[in-house]
Amino acid sequence: MNAKLQSTPDALGRFGSFGGRYVPETLIEALNELTIEYEKAIKDESFQKEFHRYLNEFVGRPSRLYFAERLTKEAGGAKILLKREDLNHTGAHKINNSIGQALLAKRMGKKRIIAETGAGQHGVATATACALFNFPCRVYMGEEDIRRQKLNVFKMQAMGTEVCPVTTGSRTLRDAVNEAMRDWMSTVGNTHYIIGSAVGPHPFPWIVRDFQSVIGSESREQCIAQTGKLPKVVVASVGGGSNAAGMFFPFIHDKEVELVGVEAGGHGPKPGGHAATLSHGSPGILHGTFSYVLQDHDGQTADVHSVSAGLDYPGVGPEHSYWKDSGRVRYTNVNDTEALAGFDLCSKLEGILPALETAHAVVEAMRIASKLSKDDVVVVCFSGRGDKDCYEIARVAGNSLE
Amino acid sequence: MNALESAFANLKKENKKAFIPFIAAGDPDINSTKELAITLAKNGATVIEIGFPYSDPIADGPVIQAAYTRALDKGIKIEHIFKAISETSAELKRTSLQVPIVAMVSASIIHRFGKEKFINECSKAGFSGLIIPDLPVEESLEISVDIKKAGLCLIQLVTPNTPKERALLILSACSGFLYCVSVSGITGERDKIPEELIQNLAWLRKQTPLPLCVGFGISKPEHAKVLREHADGVIVGSAIVKHIETTDKAGLDAVKNAIANLSASLVGALNP
Repeated sequence: MNAKLQSTPDALGRFGSFGGRYVPETLIEALNELTIEYEKAIKDESFQKEFHRYLNEFVGRPSRLYFAERLTKEAGGAKILLKREDLNHTGAHKINNSIGQALLAKRMGKKRIIAETGAGQHGVATATACALFNFPCRVYMGEEDIRRQKLNVFKMQAMGTEVCPVTTGSRTLRDAVNEAMRDWMSTVGNTHYIIGSAVGPHPFPWIVRDFQSVIGSESREQCIAQTGKLPKVVVASVGGGSNAAGMFFPFIHDKEVELVGVEAGGHGPKPGGHAATLSHGSPGILHGTFSYVLQDHDGQTADVHSVSAGLDYPGVGPEHSYWKDSGRVRYTNVNDTEALAGFDLCSKLEGILPALETAHAVVEAMRIASKLSKDDVVVVCFSGRGDKDCYEIARVAGNSLE
Repeated sequence: MNALESAFANLKKENKKAFIPFIAAGDPDINSTKELAITLAKNGATVIEIGFPYSDPIADGPVIQAAYTRALDKGIKIEHIFKAISETSAELKRTSLQVPIVAMVSASIIHRFGKEKFINECSKAGFSGLIIPDLPVEESLEISVDIKKAGLCLIQLVTPNTPKERALLILSACSGFLYCVSVSGITGERDKIPEELIQNLAWLRKQTPLPLCVGFGISKPEHAKVLREHADGVIVGSAIVKHIETTDKAGLDAVKNAIANLSASLVGALNP
């Protein structure tokens, strides 16, 4: 099975039957230009060198693969190692992609950057990259998310980015993507759109996965160096799926390594109560790509819910759909209550506050570890730090930090 | 000959230009859709475009998105649209108004509903063609065969940034008329007709016998006056939808009046 798995999308931008381009004609030329330029950049040693230099000197890579001793003891089975993306500059994995795409934009001679953001992590990462490379930047953010993530809005503005409130539809991430795409349609000549997850029309899912693959490549090497072998299981949370795609991809051909993606189970499997697209959705079209989606019978996008603002997206990257259907990756979900308990446990036992997205992965990793022997290793993508979620966690617990 | 093709053939004989208004199904409510379509047909529409409300319409501007949101908030379903259009088609036939109707619909909706079933229902309801704005030509090869088989047209779009060789590929997969997007961007009203568009139309004219209709940003009789020299018709969306939005509170007759007046002024400018 694995030998046959595609590593790059085909000529139509598909992984198996998933992916492609379902966008207005106005964007096709920009997507073609981006594909051609990216293909050149992959082969250009100086581009790769520059990218890795910024990851090293600016982001602070490689991030640590840290043995979580007390979580391991608590689970009572396999050794749990945390890939500390939370220690990156800006506190999450998102910066890897923003730096990569900003360099790509520079290479293409673009003069302006736009992005969408949900919880604000990708917005902050992109604002950071734009300050670094001197791009004017506009970030689209749902009005509802702006209210929930004031600190990230302040950070973006402090770095010179214009945060543009989105007041249409559900006023969250999905509507921010729509607005960013609309902006791009009118400004495509001078503007690059840095999409934040491994979603959207080809070549975005491929580019984002590649720029995030540094997570999995480092983890693989570090795991071998530190434990003398490959992990038994690798776990990552999945919203749009960028941290998981970057974590899993370098392990895809390691047949003996089990890969597990963890979606947001929200308050349960009823429509509107979760954001577990691969667990409960079916193939359809959203935001320019063919992949699993949460839609009603008429093809209207469903409402989603998660306590984690980074996971509540009604679609998922097409490569994840491909991995799901091929059986290479197992996708499961963890609900709000479990994730909040995971946040608590990880904070108290390890002294590390996980982002709520990350807490989903930690919970599943502990479940898995508890069933394995202590000679086994479970690697978790610790995608981000929990600072941004403190207000929400306090609110859910009945406190207020405002 | 498909009704859309006959409509353009007749127009050409009379040396006239096409007026193609757009309304969103279910805006302000599904019962009005038939009434508004008939009003447009009586006031000089050559073809009527019916938009299928979609939750995430990335090609549309704020006016049309707001109309879609209003319709969806009232619980509109695809089956309601097919029913309303069946009734509209029957009424047009009864009154001998030969005005074909085309569907403007997202690929997302067609995929979920089922491609064959959707085309079949379109046919039964009396649609003459489809515009699928988020289905670029590469992705449309398969569905275009089924659409053709059902006797319907698949209207394709070209934009100002479509390269010439790509425009030829698009033309080869297009039937009914060619939808020429006036500017890079989304639907919505604009002030001026760009010079570049006039040049593109002249080039396209040499490549295809298909009627060339211009849309995106067409809202005023002045636009129509300029374009009548270069194109075969104009598509007017946001301007009509805006009239519906602003007059809705005064009742259906007020809405009908408003869009009849707008239609008359545009048709007057197109075919003086």
